[in-house]
Formats: sequence, structure tokens, C-alpha cells
Amino acid sequence: MARTLFDKVWDAHVVERLQDGTCVLYIDRHLVHEVTSPQAFEGLRMAGRKLRRPDAHIAVVDHNIPTSDRSLGIAEEESRIQVETLETNVAAFGVPYFGLNDARQGIVHIIGPEQGLSLPGMTIVCGDSHTSTHGAMGSLAFGIGTSEVEHVMATQTLLQKPAKNMLVDVRGALPPGCTGKDLVLAIIGQIGTAGGTGHVIEYAGEAIRALDMAGRMTVCNMSIEAGARAGMIAPDETTFEYVRGKPFAPKGEALEQAIAYWRTLPSDAGAVYDKVVVVDATKIAPMVTWGTNPEAVLPITAVVPNPADEADEAKRVQLQRMVDYMALTPGQKLTDLKIDVVFIGSCTNGRIEDIRAAATVAKGRKVAAGVRALVVPGSGIVKQQAEVEGLDRILLDAGFEWREPGCSMCLGMNPDKLTPGQRSASTSNRNFEGRQGPGGRTHLVSPAMAAAAAVTGHLADVREIV
Amino acid sequence: MDAFTTLTGVAAPLPLANVDTDKIIPARFLKTIKRSGLGVHLFDTLRYDANGAERPEFVLNQEPYRHAEILIAHENFGCGSSREHAPWALLDFGIRCVIAPDFADIFHTNTFKNGILPIKLSREICDQLMDDAKLGGNARITVDLAEQVIVRPNGEKIPFEIDPFRKHLLLNGLDDIGQTLQHAPAIDSYEAKLRDEKAWMPAIHVD
Repeated sequence: MARTLFDKVWDAHVVERLQDGTCVLYIDRHLVHEVTSPQAFEGLRMAGRKLRRPDAHIAVVDHNIPTSDRSLGIAEEESRIQVETLETNVAAFGVPYFGLNDARQGIVHIIGPEQGLSLPGMTIVCGDSHTSTHGAMGSLAFGIGTSEVEHVMATQTLLQKPAKNMLVDVRGALPPGCTGKDLVLAIIGQIGTAGGTGHVIEYAGEAIRALDMAGRMTVCNMSIEAGARAGMIAPDETTFEYVRGKPFAPKGEALEQAIAYWRTLPSDAGAVYDKVVVVDATKIAPMVTWGTNPEAVLPITAVVPNPADEADEAKRVQLQRMVDYMALTPGQKLTDLKIDVVFIGSCTNGRIEDIRAAATVAKGRKVAAGVRALVVPGSGIVKQQAEVEGLDRILLDAGFEWREPGCSMCLGMNPDKLTPGQRSASTSNRNFEGRQGPGGRTHLVSPAMAAAAAVTGHLADVREIV
Repeated sequence: MDAFTTLTGVAAPLPLANVDTDKIIPARFLKTIKRSGLGVHLFDTLRYDANGAERPEFVLNQEPYRHAEILIAHENFGCGSSREHAPWALLDFGIRCVIAPDFADIFHTNTFKNGILPIKLSREICDQLMDDAKLGGNARITVDLAEQVIVRPNGEKIPFEIDPFRKHLLLNGLDDIGQTLQHAPAIDSYEAKLRDEKAWMPAIHVD
């Protein structure tokens, strides 16, 4: 029977199928960070359990760490305790670890692919919903809670039922000025924040094939914002080229064997999907979220919607709440919205390609008066590469801050936060109320659009700037 | 994990869709290394003003809902982050059952792991139960997991669906890891095959 990419990766990891269809699913890789792991390690300790296979795990600190000079350690006590707890745990349980001062440290979803730890055909999990990022490699990658983190540590498996298959078929080519970020925002706008619930989304079609790995990772990253269990893209020559030479990736004969296997993974002709959505890439413009979930998104050329136009009462109430929270006026042009803070970084858009895109816009321009603009590379390796290319100079000369790697203002766990009422243009993934700091107002955009907002001081159409 | 059998208690109406896990427990409270103690921060931004004072209009700041054990909400409850701090905060507050038209997948899984029962019912029925809940302390709702029914204050029974395996674990308060370890021999043979068939897959060793 014809199978999808998801079916093939799933089937290859079923250890045992229980009577009711629940599967004991083997997990190839588990990524560990400081926020969602302490209680899992504690659970193991209390039950007298060990890690079944320490060499299938990699730990790193990212969520909670400062992105300023770290030579003096972590000032915030609770954050420091959480990081120290991780360090104690990885030592006690023998978990491979990139520490705070390791050049390979970075956001867990940036370093997996970058180090060749995330490979096609794998099952990859992490106590973080944006684990969907790794699906860009052609792996099945999904976020789990801390109880499941403990379960994977103890058993190297999870108890799961298979998801349904959903195909997002992106036809045509993306217009100039549009990126993977604009594409995935447009997709979420089309299918909604629960459009993928219970499904694994496979992204396919001309515009997906044309994306580089960074763009594919951005698309898969935000699958969770459409409610999907995971996002996947079939591995192809772009994937294999990306993997080649990565530090932990197989080399030589082993790589050739792996590639031969990976070539068998793309969905078979005639494979059946439970849900199919067709997206016309040619109609997409640079996108910006205006409300407080990623579905509330519009092209930058649009105006703030009027809740009164919504017929459904429950939806009208929700739209009104968004308009109020975001301090907007219906009918107002999105390009008239003044910005206080620009954040370029996160697991969505913290890769070298994203920094390059921002630097292209920033080059020879200045951050507008009154705007604070932060650039937070996704990893130490991204930071090094950007510095080799002189991107840090371009950004610093334009008035951007050039910071140390971490999750930073994406979720406001470390000191990088919005203050109440501040409005940001952010390359991150969630515009929920208070996500970037209590009372903060977030507009999600691509890196180029974020840089455009920084240099103009308002949301701006990057196509009119470069 | 505590077993879940039957529960009779006050239900709090929260007529909001897309209640994300940042709303349930904002990221700034995830710095704990424990599971307990998060109840005080449950729905922090909705529950307290900028000075930390209770917002009287928020349902969990009102009697009898301060003692709610059941929460009723609208679509896509628990969307967003995978943080298990969300069910931990609900549990620590005293909530053992959440009723909504649907749930985000990861949150849905996380509730079961903590002895919280998530029940999916149509929007129409959720709205009926919300109307019941608005009657306050005299309108207790009973949730009977073994029988898979909710009993409304007027005695009407509303059946609900639940995955049989998860029901079994909840009713008996069983820990999944113990269940899975019964399959250890199968995991051993899978791993032996893996080393053979996917020799390319690198083990991780960090210097």
C-alpha cells in the first residue's frame, strides 16, 4: 500500500503495537534543555531509574540564559539554579552536554540540524513544542511534556497512537521579498491555529522544494502554531547536501548508506492523506500578525480588521479582545504601526540565513530613533559565522545590538523582555498576550521585515525598502 | 499519579477559545525545578493586575470558583507550548478535569500524565455545562470516569468518549513508564536490529 513520509518513518519506529492501536514508538534522539527536564531527572532519581541510552540524548542550555556577556555567570538566581541543576543532572546521568561556554551552545532546535544530530528518517523529541523544526530534515520530530521526557529517558520510547496525515501542497513560486516565514504565516492564516490538530503536516510542492534548509526549518517550526503534532518535508538533494560534513553526521560509506535509505522515505505516488490543503505561493505577500495568535495574520499591505464585520458572536468577541489588547484601530494601515522593539532570533529565525537577510536590509541604514533592535544568533556557531562574514559589524553600525545565543525575547524567560505596552516586530513564533513580557504587543514577521521595521520605526513593507 | 475515579465539584466557566499555555502559566514562572507550587500563578495575567492584586472579574477570584475542581472552556484549549507546568498549575490549584470542545495535542497528553481528565464535548454541550457552572456552588457537576458520564445538576447524564488505554491508566493511577518497561525485551530486540540496519546513525559523545 502506498505510504506517506510520515507513515514510513512511523512504521520504522514501531517496537510493538498494543491491542488498542497504541504503539511503543522508538525514539532515536532526545534533546534536553534546562526548563522542562529537572522534574524528569528528579522522577528518575526517585524511582531509582537510569537513562536507557545516554548516547541518544543531547543537552544544552537555551531558554533561561542571559544573552549579554556571560563571563560573570547568571545573575538571576532562579535561572542560575535551573542551569546548575541541568549541569548536575547531565553529570549524574551521563548525558552529552554543550555547556554555556561551549561554542556549540545554542537554541536546541538550531543546534540539532547544525551539528548533524538531527537526520532524515529519525524520530526526534524534546520537551519543547518547536521540536517540529527538525521535521525539515525529513524526520518525525515533536514536542513532549516533562512526563514524556522522563519516559524517553527511562525507556527510549513513547506510548503513542499514529497521527493523521495532512498534506499542505504549496503550488507556484514565492514572489520576491517573501520567505519561508511569510509562507508559513500565510498557511496558518489559511488553516487556523487548530487546523492541524491530530495531524502531521507534510509540506510539499514547488515552493517548498525551492526553499533552502533554513527556510524549511522555519516552515516546520511553526507547524505547532497550526496545532499540528509535527511538520515534515521529504528529504531531497538539498537535505543531503546540508547534512554532508556536519560534525555528528555520518561520513563516507556510512553517509552513502544513509542517503540510500533516506531516498526511500518520500511519500509514494498515490499515498492517501486524511486532509489536503492547497496553497498558492504566487499570491503571498510579506506577512505580519496583527492579533494575539498566529492565525491573526495579514499581508503587510492590509489594514487592521474590524471585529464588527465578523458575523459569529464568539469570534467577534475574540477579535475585539485582540484589537483592544494590541491597541489597534480598525481600518488603520498596518504600516502605520510604530514599533518600540525589534527582535531578530529564536528557533524560528535565528539561523545564519536569517541574520544575512536582516543585515542586507540594515546595511548602510540606521535603526530609527527610539527603537531598540536586538539580534540574537541561534547558536555560537551561527554567531561565529556571522562574525566571519562581517554581519555583526553591519548590524552594530546600523545600531542593532549583537548578543549571545539563546531563546531570549521569544518567550521572555531571561532578562530580554518587552515592558507593558511596548510593541515589537519579532521573528519569533508566538504573538500570544504577554508572551514577550507582560503587556507586550508582538507582531510576527520575517527577519527582513523585522529589519525593515527597525530602520523605519514602524511596520514596513520590505519590498519598498530594498 | 493519583487515580481518577469520580469527581463531584464546582465547575468554573472560562468562555474563551484558544487558551494557550502561556495564558495558563506564563514563561516567567517556569524557572522552578519542582512540579508543585504553581497553582498560585495559574492564569496569572488574567487573575492578577500589574501590582499583583486579584482582578475581581476573573472567575477563579470569585466564590465558589476559588474552589473549582472542574474547568469548562472553549475550542483549542492548551494550545502553544509543551510546558507540563500548565497541567501542574491546574492540578496545584485543585483542577482535576477540563471540559472543552477540543484540546491541543501536547496539552491533552500532558493532562493524562498528571491525573487530570480532559473531556471533549461539543460546543453546544460545553455551553450548557457553562450555564450550569454559572449557577455557582449549588450546581455541582459529577464526572464519573468508569461510567464515562457527566451528571448535570438537574440529574441529566451526558456521555463522553475516552481512549480505553488512557482510561485504564487514569482509573488505576498507573505510571506509564512501569507499563512500558513490561515491553523491555521488545525494546532490546528493536535496538539490536537498529544497530544492524541503521549503523549509520551516530551515537552522541561530546568531548
